[in-house]
Amino acid sequence: MGYYILKRLLLAVPVLFGLTIIVFLIMAMIPGDPATAILGSYATPENVARLNRELGLDRSLAEQYFVWIGNLLQGDFGRSYTLNRPVIDEVLERFNATLILAGAALLMCSILGLLAGIVSAVHQFGWADRVITFVVLIGISTPSFFLGLLLILLFAVSWRVLPASGMFAIYGGGDLPDLLLHLILPAVTLSVVATGVIARLTRAAMLEVLRQDYIRTARAKGLSERRVIYRHAFKVALVNVIPVIGIQAGFVLGGAVYIETVFQWPGIGGMLVKAISTRDLLLVQGGVLVVAASYVLFNLLADIAQYMLDPRLKL
Amino acid sequence: MSAPATTATAAAPRARRPGAWQLFANNRLAASGLVILAAVVAIVLLAPLLPLTPPDVTDPAARLQRPLAEGYLLGSDHLGRDILSRLVYGTRTSIAVGLSATLVAALVGSLLGLVAGYAGGRTDNIIMRGIDMIMAFPYILLALAIVAVLGPGLINALYAIAVVNIPFFARNIRGVTIGLSHREFVDAAKLSGKNHALVLGSEILPNVLPTIVITMSTTVGWMILETAGLSFLGLGAQPPQADLGSMLGEGRKLLFNAPHVSIIPGLMIFVLVMSINLVGDGIRDLLDPRLKSGALSRPSARTAVDRSRDRGGSHEGGSSLLELHRLSTHFEVGDEVYRAVNDVDLKLDAEECLGIVGESGSGKSVTAMSLLGLVPTPAGRIVGGRVDYQGEDLLDASLARLRELRGGAFAYVFQDPLSTLHPLFTIGDQIVEAIQAHQPLGVRAARERTLELLRLVQIPNATQRLDSFPHELSGGMRQRVCIAMALANDPEILIADEPTTALDVTVQAQMLNLLNRLRKDRNAAVLFITHDFGVVSEICDRVAVMYAGRIVETGPASQVLAEPAHPYTRKLIDCVPVLGEPQRSLDAIPGLPPAVNRLPPGCAFAERCQRAVDACREGDIGLDSIGGRREVRCLLPMIEPRVGDRT
Repeated sequence: MGYYILKRLLLAVPVLFGLTIIVFLIMAMIPGDPATAILGSYATPENVARLNRELGLDRSLAEQYFVWIGNLLQGDFGRSYTLNRPVIDEVLERFNATLILAGAALLMCSILGLLAGIVSAVHQFGWADRVITFVVLIGISTPSFFLGLLLILLFAVSWRVLPASGMFAIYGGGDLPDLLLHLILPAVTLSVVATGVIARLTRAAMLEVLRQDYIRTARAKGLSERRVIYRHAFKVALVNVIPVIGIQAGFVLGGAVYIETVFQWPGIGGMLVKAISTRDLLLVQGGVLVVAASYVLFNLLADIAQYMLDPRLKL
Repeated sequence: MSAPATTATAAAPRARRPGAWQLFANNRLAASGLVILAAVVAIVLLAPLLPLTPPDVTDPAARLQRPLAEGYLLGSDHLGRDILSRLVYGTRTSIAVGLSATLVAALVGSLLGLVAGYAGGRTDNIIMRGIDMIMAFPYILLALAIVAVLGPGLINALYAIAVVNIPFFARNIRGVTIGLSHREFVDAAKLSGKNHALVLGSEILPNVLPTIVITMSTTVGWMILETAGLSFLGLGAQPPQADLGSMLGEGRKLLFNAPHVSIIPGLMIFVLVMSINLVGDGIRDLLDPRLKSGALSRPSARTAVDRSRDRGGSHEGGSSLLELHRLSTHFEVGDEVYRAVNDVDLKLDAEECLGIVGESGSGKSVTAMSLLGLVPTPAGRIVGGRVDYQGEDLLDASLARLRELRGGAFAYVFQDPLSTLHPLFTIGDQIVEAIQAHQPLGVRAARERTLELLRLVQIPNATQRLDSFPHELSGGMRQRVCIAMALANDPEILIADEPTTALDVTVQAQMLNLLNRLRKDRNAAVLFITHDFGVVSEICDRVAVMYAGRIVETGPASQVLAEPAHPYTRKLIDCVPVLGEPQRSLDAIPGLPPAVNRLPPGCAFAERCQRAVDACREGDIGLDSIGGRREVRCLLPMIEPRVGDRT
């Protein structure tokens, strides 16, 4: 168990390095000369050359990468020029909010998606299956940013039951119930597509499992249908769906960009969009790296969960 | 046991399959998606010919008109621009950008996949590691990073979305290419002196094209959605240029005063993406053969019983423990009806061991499964007969009653112990569960009982084995576990469905001895299903031989073995090798059993029978007594009926 986790952790290290290489290469793709971009087109050639030297841009790409990664490892992600504070501080602060939002959405899509998939499979071709299949189809075709607007119109404008934006009420609030109230709409919006995907795959996995010989054995033992489905069939289906949930973590973390913009949730997504329009590239780079790294960890968790549920992997 | 269902599917005729287009049109959702998509594309293509106000013409006097206002069918936006016109042109842009992104991703991704799959080795490794790295990013995040560097703009958004979709193409195409690159025609092309590029282009590319098309059809919706998303965030289309996403993004600022400005383009994205997804799903279903035959249907908790065609008539239960009377079970696949079990009569007395013998597909397993409704429905259906258990017709029993009997008075041991044991539960848990389903025992008591059972079936180190998983045991040990599980509630009837077939020969003998001893100790009746007369001679009191869904001979095992009456029984016995008689000829039976969806009139074995005469191929041949306790379904039995015994 501990050995497996250690092994998976070690395997995650090259992936993390791969992420940094890709981010580094993308940042190196910036058209034109960064120093000119920073100093403006009226800068003297001497100033440009000096800044290039300061930024290390006169060295080879490989050298630049190692200097850069060395700084990253020491927690130095550079300084945001628009916010005038260390990138890492801003990113970590906002990452909390993103994690709350994405975590809530992941929890919701896992529970709802699995349930819907089971019900759909058990009542295959029945009305419940048709309704779920149809709702799923609509869900995965609806742009989340549009759904968010619709939900705001309904729940915040027409019915005035839920707040439309932010993480806490501006006056008062700030406690957990307040947070949960603000969390409902964005988390629901963010989870819809992932719920649909998980429901579809759970349905398929359940249908596959229910045809297996060991399900016939379970029935031949005289077990109740509920036990056959929720214990015997579901456990195997879950093992197959868990990696999908891990992948959905990526879509949820990415989709948070839209949702945070729509609901003005103070997370990394909203920060990234602003940073891109103000060309605060160091902030973009820091935000992307942290979110991508957390995605690697989510997948790691999914692997470990699968490992714990499936004894056959322990060979 | 799955043999009847699989042979049935495999034997299904292929000729009458409807064409691909027909199937697609039959899929109502996909067809409606196609209609909507075609309509949208037609309108968008014809946009310049339509009587629309140009999309960028502003009219400050007519700002924020509501839909259906004079001259503004869908209203106007904050600059007084006609939303209908903007919608048409915005959709045009969105489709164009989404399609272009798809093409770029398909081109680059397919090329990478082709090269990686064809070259293999290091090239493959390097390319695929790179692809893995891209996939290690949350989907849209990488696109954001690319836009951040290139700067906002529609074309940059297009590239960004294309890049993040490259992995889907690369992986799919690589998978197919690997399969193709070792095929003979590719080798032949290489040997004929074509260079690699030519081989890829002329031999492999045409074969991976369908995969490329499928991947495109399933990703283009996403790409339209995601480019719209980038525009919505203000990172894609820049004013005055507009796509659906940027219309939605601009309209969002007016959400409270003029919701139609954002809702209309939002709905359009939804309609567009949904119709594309419907078409994509339709194409995928079409090319996924598993979905065609309904093979993915879920078996229900019990076999459907349909007596509408029942010809059984009334029948009073006899004196035996279990009596089957004219039991018929069919599999219905499409229009084909496979008569897997056809008017089967059987009796099983208390403490008796009855062997049911026949080739695979003869219906012996289906007969056993039918008793307690374990034949999978759909496909399987019991269409008539009775299953009398102590005077109760089990075909009419409620599911609750069946559950009481399953694992209680009746217990099954199946053929392949690896696939019949649940892979994720310990064997202890599985047996405890079987006990608790029928006895009100606590976990501790049930575990004690489980230990006893494991010792009873001679599993060494039973205490440790309790917490083993099936994959940690040998085949023989697994089957012992299955037997222990079957004995958990002291069954009256043990149904053993080829319990030794999947095991080594040495283990087979052990298992037979074990079963024989246990049934005698516990006074259980056994229904022993096998294709092997050698096994019958070891364990069975009586035997029933099945062929093409019917019983062709029954009688005491020793008599049938010594003097078979049916030519088929003779052939089956001749198939058994006898130790120490190497010179004995082992006759395979020539020919194949008839497909049970096309049973000939008369004797089903006639085609393979050297003794058959014309009369054998006409009319129904009854199962007649030939004296003693023997019956045979043959006009020309191989032994003379004893005079006076004939009824």
